[in-house]
Amino acid sequence: MKLPIIKSAILAGGLALGASSAYAGDALTVVSWGGAYTKSQIEAYHKPYTAKYGTKIQSEDYNGGLAEIRAQVEAGKITWDVVDLEVSDAARGCDDGLFEKISAGSLPNGVNGALPSKDFIPGALQECAVGTIVWSTIYAYDADKYKSEKPATISDFFNVKKFPGKRGMRKVPKVNLEWALMADGVDGKDVYKVLATKAGQDRAFKKLDTIKNDVLWWEAGAQPPQMLADGEVVMTSAYNGRIFNAAVAEKKNFEIVWDRQLFSFDLYAIIKGTPRFKEALRYVQFSTASEQLANQARWISYGPTRKSSIKLISTHATAGIKMMPHMPTAPNNFKTAVLENAEFWSDNGDELNERFNAWLAK
Amino acid sequence: MTSILTADGTPLKDSLYKAEKGRRVKAFLLVAPLLLFVLVSFVFPIFEMLFRSVDNPVLAKNLPLTIEKLQKWEGTNLPDQETFTLVAKELLIARENSKVGKIAARLNFEAGGMRSMINKTVRKVRKYKGNDYKKALIQFDKRWGKVVTWKVLKRIGQRYTGVQYLAALDLKVNADNTIGFQSEDRRIYVKIFLRTIWVSFLVTIFCLILAYPVSFLLATLPLRISNLLLIMVLLPFWTSLLVRTTSWIVLLQRNGVVNDILVALNIISEDGRIQMIYNQTGTLIAMTQILLPFMILPLYSVMKTISPSYMRAARSLGASPLKAFVRVYMPQTTPGIGAGCLLVFILSIGYYITPALVGGRSGQLISNFIAYHMKSSLNWGLAAALGTILLFAVLILYYLYNKIIGIDKMKLG
Repeated sequence: MKLPIIKSAILAGGLALGASSAYAGDALTVVSWGGAYTKSQIEAYHKPYTAKYGTKIQSEDYNGGLAEIRAQVEAGKITWDVVDLEVSDAARGCDDGLFEKISAGSLPNGVNGALPSKDFIPGALQECAVGTIVWSTIYAYDADKYKSEKPATISDFFNVKKFPGKRGMRKVPKVNLEWALMADGVDGKDVYKVLATKAGQDRAFKKLDTIKNDVLWWEAGAQPPQMLADGEVVMTSAYNGRIFNAAVAEKKNFEIVWDRQLFSFDLYAIIKGTPRFKEALRYVQFSTASEQLANQARWISYGPTRKSSIKLISTHATAGIKMMPHMPTAPNNFKTAVLENAEFWSDNGDELNERFNAWLAK
Repeated sequence: MTSILTADGTPLKDSLYKAEKGRRVKAFLLVAPLLLFVLVSFVFPIFEMLFRSVDNPVLAKNLPLTIEKLQKWEGTNLPDQETFTLVAKELLIARENSKVGKIAARLNFEAGGMRSMINKTVRKVRKYKGNDYKKALIQFDKRWGKVVTWKVLKRIGQRYTGVQYLAALDLKVNADNTIGFQSEDRRIYVKIFLRTIWVSFLVTIFCLILAYPVSFLLATLPLRISNLLLIMVLLPFWTSLLVRTTSWIVLLQRNGVVNDILVALNIISEDGRIQMIYNQTGTLIAMTQILLPFMILPLYSVMKTISPSYMRAARSLGASPLKAFVRVYMPQTTPGIGAGCLLVFILSIGYYITPALVGGRSGQLISNFIAYHMKSSLNWGLAAALGTILLFAVLILYYLYNKIIGIDKMKLG
């Protein structure tokens, strides 16, 4: 009685091992941020790619940062192939030799024939990475909680007297310090100039002090809509696509405040030394073409990085609503937008992170 | 004295040794896999960590000539023309090997802004055609013209260094090479170490208070009931740590079960919901529940062996129930208390996932910061230094425990 069980267990184990190693050999591993965002990539990039070329694509999630990538490159055991990165990590990883170089010329022209160097918006093409989306950090609130006056500006986010209740914020200094300064009256175009000075940093932390006891800190992008839905917070900073997704797909009455949105790009990069480099490059070329970028915008409200894609943006894949008004780059949303300064954060990130952590622990 | 000989004339000692040898080899081979496992998974990583906390190869390896030259520099005036040339040339070589990012990152940990200084310099030096590198570098970035910059270069150029330990203890090297405190708004680790010890201490005490009566019941109730009770202790013990931690989130959050019940019973008002999670309270509650079995099991195994006749004897000799308990029963449970407390304390001092999930801002412990430096800031040297300090804190505790109670008295069941 016992023996067959053991036998079958070994057999099953062997099969699983054999299957997984064969799979890892053929499939391309694409790493991204999970949740609704990864789903949009699966629908717009992975599935069409597999349909066209036959290669399976394995999706993995991470929370940003270069640690895992560095560990893989330094150990020479590459299991990830393509990674979705923030601008600062893309630049830093490229300097550190963690990514393969991708020349702009190797990318396809836009549907209108425009050269990649003209088609991509400034900043989206880097030495080692290709931009895929324009996203932004905004703050959102549960509209059911506010009957009369609703929060509308960044100052309202910092005004706990007028709008009492807990706020959600990402547990990093980025965005929070910029918002603190702008809520304190600094103009959007001066914010990084002020933040580069000791006095400006003091001012930002002082402003953050005023809401410190009313903040719950989040780390993963999927957390803020959850915190809003659970009523843990009355308003929270978040990535605009996540809030859009909760509002459209899950029918939550969440409202986005676009005032002083901090926008940035996400980029695709190929890990240095991957044995599947050719396949990875073909995947990056495929997914950053005009149609694919426009297609992705049907699944989540992140804008495409190609100008030629903007005209192709249509309606949401399941809800059928027009997508353009929900994009960070829509004229109405973009009025007070500020571009996240990757170079500033690459230079001052370590120092400000340290100070931010010390401030948090106090 | 002549040694005893066996029948074939060899000394008894030698032939005994021969006969035993086969067995010894066999015994060694039997433990060899375990020994190897311990070496690979435990001893080696610890030494690797100790090494990493003082290892500082980036500059010494990638700018070797500059660093060598700087060792002779006295540090009062700017270095000579030759040093400027060396650093420019070596930065170019580093660029060829994709090492500039590493150099820039290492320097940036020490002095913010040096990342851009290095990157900018490399970009401009590539295009520079002249020979006066001193003038050129200072023109590219005026920080090259400051003695402090070169002092940082010299300090971080040392192949082995203790700066990570200084940083881990909120200290720093001042411009005049004396050691002083970090500025007020950057001090963090000493506070977090103290908090970690305080939280671990509280968790241990709470566990002891909760576990003692439970273990007593387990040891004294009839077998049928105590077995059921033991299963209730073990069931959560066998449940995944993450499941238990997230269950606490469901229970304790603002709109969670506990707050809902309190509101429904009119004990608190709708606006007065209590913040029980994402702070130190949350860490304490969740950690106490998760570590409770580690206190119950050693206590139970000790109490099980205490014969009830001792208590009866004490009572029959005239002691009050309380006195009999305190004077006769409790002292016999000390090995269990010691083992449980040591176990819970050491486990909680390095606890990571629960504080990360429910600790919010005020409930983060030192392991969360070690993880932060491993995963986010990539300052592995500092992470290793923090880890080493934690390791020595545990070793000191173990030593004290051995001195005061004696490790041979510990009973783990």
